[in-house]
Amino acid sequence: MKETVEGREARRYLSALAPALVVLAALFVYPLLGIVHRSVYKGGYTLDLYRQIFRVPVYLQVLLATFKVSALVTLVCLVLGYPLAYVLATRRPRTAQLLMIIVVLPFFTSIIVRTYAWMVLLGRNGIVNQYLMMLGLTSTPMALLYNQAGVIIGMSYVLLPYMVLTVYSVMRGIDPGLVRAAHSLGASRLQAFRRVFLPLSLPGIAGGTLLVFILSLGFFITPALMGGPGDVMIAMLIEREVEITLNWSFASALAVVLLALTLLGFAGYNRLLRLDRVFEGRG
Amino acid sequence: MTSADGQRNGPGAVAITALAGAVLVFLIAPVAIIVMVSLSGADYLSFPPPHLSLRWYQRFLGTPSWRQAIWVSTQVAGLTMLFATALGLLTSLALVRGRFRAKGAIYALLLSPMIVPTIITAIALYFFFVRLKATGSIVAMALGHTVLALPVVIIIMAATLQGFDIRLEHAALSLGASRLTALRRITLPLVLPGLLSAALFAFLTSFDELLIPLFLSGVEVQTLTVRIWNSLVLEVDPTIAAVSSFLIGVTTVVLGASALLRGRGDTTTT
Repeated sequence: MKETVEGREARRYLSALAPALVVLAALFVYPLLGIVHRSVYKGGYTLDLYRQIFRVPVYLQVLLATFKVSALVTLVCLVLGYPLAYVLATRRPRTAQLLMIIVVLPFFTSIIVRTYAWMVLLGRNGIVNQYLMMLGLTSTPMALLYNQAGVIIGMSYVLLPYMVLTVYSVMRGIDPGLVRAAHSLGASRLQAFRRVFLPLSLPGIAGGTLLVFILSLGFFITPALMGGPGDVMIAMLIEREVEITLNWSFASALAVVLLALTLLGFAGYNRLLRLDRVFEGRG
Repeated sequence: MTSADGQRNGPGAVAITALAGAVLVFLIAPVAIIVMVSLSGADYLSFPPPHLSLRWYQRFLGTPSWRQAIWVSTQVAGLTMLFATALGLLTSLALVRGRFRAKGAIYALLLSPMIVPTIITAIALYFFFVRLKATGSIVAMALGHTVLALPVVIIIMAATLQGFDIRLEHAALSLGASRLTALRRITLPLVLPGLLSAALFAFLTSFDELLIPLFLSGVEVQTLTVRIWNSLVLEVDPTIAAVSSFLIGVTTVVLGASALLRGRGDTTTT
């Protein structure tokens, strides 16, 4: 008797799932399948477009540039994000919560607003150049915008909170007693960090690195606004093929390549961490 | 290794605290500077502003196309909030309480719009809506944003429902309340702070998002973010500083309200 009641209960909840699944199937899965189809079908099934992506040097260059920029951005985020996450995780929760506001406010600010802020700062007559010249550090304005440096600064800024939140969520779970135990056994601060804390925070480093890298690969707004003519990333190429060249099939093939890379990376991420945990830890 | 002396405030600890402080400044400075610059009375963007004025806000709110964009964004975000919150509430109830196979896979599917690059979702929806001749429609943009906001609502609601003591609902049922009454009178009021917070974040997700409306909006129906994009591609106009500050303000309000709600939620559930 009890079994059937529970069985009915479980089914009732299953039907509560239906509306969201229907919406997602119609507005997400089906359109994505449409892209996959468009990328391989032109009067008949063919893989020509994919061959084109991997044979034509221009497209290969875009792919390589995308990987390069993503790797650099990930590195910057790790170098800046790890120490901040460490300091936040080792402070009292109340202090950490207050400081976390500074991480979370930009995190939830529109990407286009954050990108615009850096355009104002880094432009030829921008605020950074005004100060550099005022301080006599440079006599002519430095080129900080519309080149790769600008793209990397802007993207690192936008993605840094992801790194901080991921690493922080792992560090929060590390028992401080373990570090204290290392101290009491005679380990120095540095030793305790290197031998105990750092290894335990590795899932955070791996997860944060992977997350920032995946998100970088598909980035559009920041590189499109802050990059120069030579800083085309794959997402920008996709937009161009849709809006300017009007080659929707080729855009679809590029999108499928990007999607495959993203899902591959995410499968790895999923083995390390749970995405929802990271977002729950946000302020 | 002589520097590692095991003392509380060794040079290493000071250095790392300083670095973390610098990173915090790096995170907040651009946001703070844009807000300050937007209050400048000068013709160009300089920091600190030589004198304060609201002229860029007057320009922003006095231009019909900007006002129109605020209205479009509000409609799209409002609809998104309705759709995503309703769907997300049902979904998270099912995920937290239901027992069925492939739960992990379904959860991953539901969260996947967060992972798939938005440019891909945007062009996929563009191709989809072009065929339905529905581009330029506010509902189409809201439906696109619902896909992006749904994972946000589900994450917040699942966490809220996990903190909810289901025995309270069982008690209501055993006292003769119908399932609907128990949901309406017991569960919903108790999870309301979480639900409102989820709704606010759904609104914000849509209000801040550029790519879906960039492809789906028409010439006349433009969201605030699309309007910003169109002017940024041309030039760095100081009016955008005021528009940006407005968006930063919206984010601040949402974060503040959700922190208040969360504080209240904590006292009722624990």
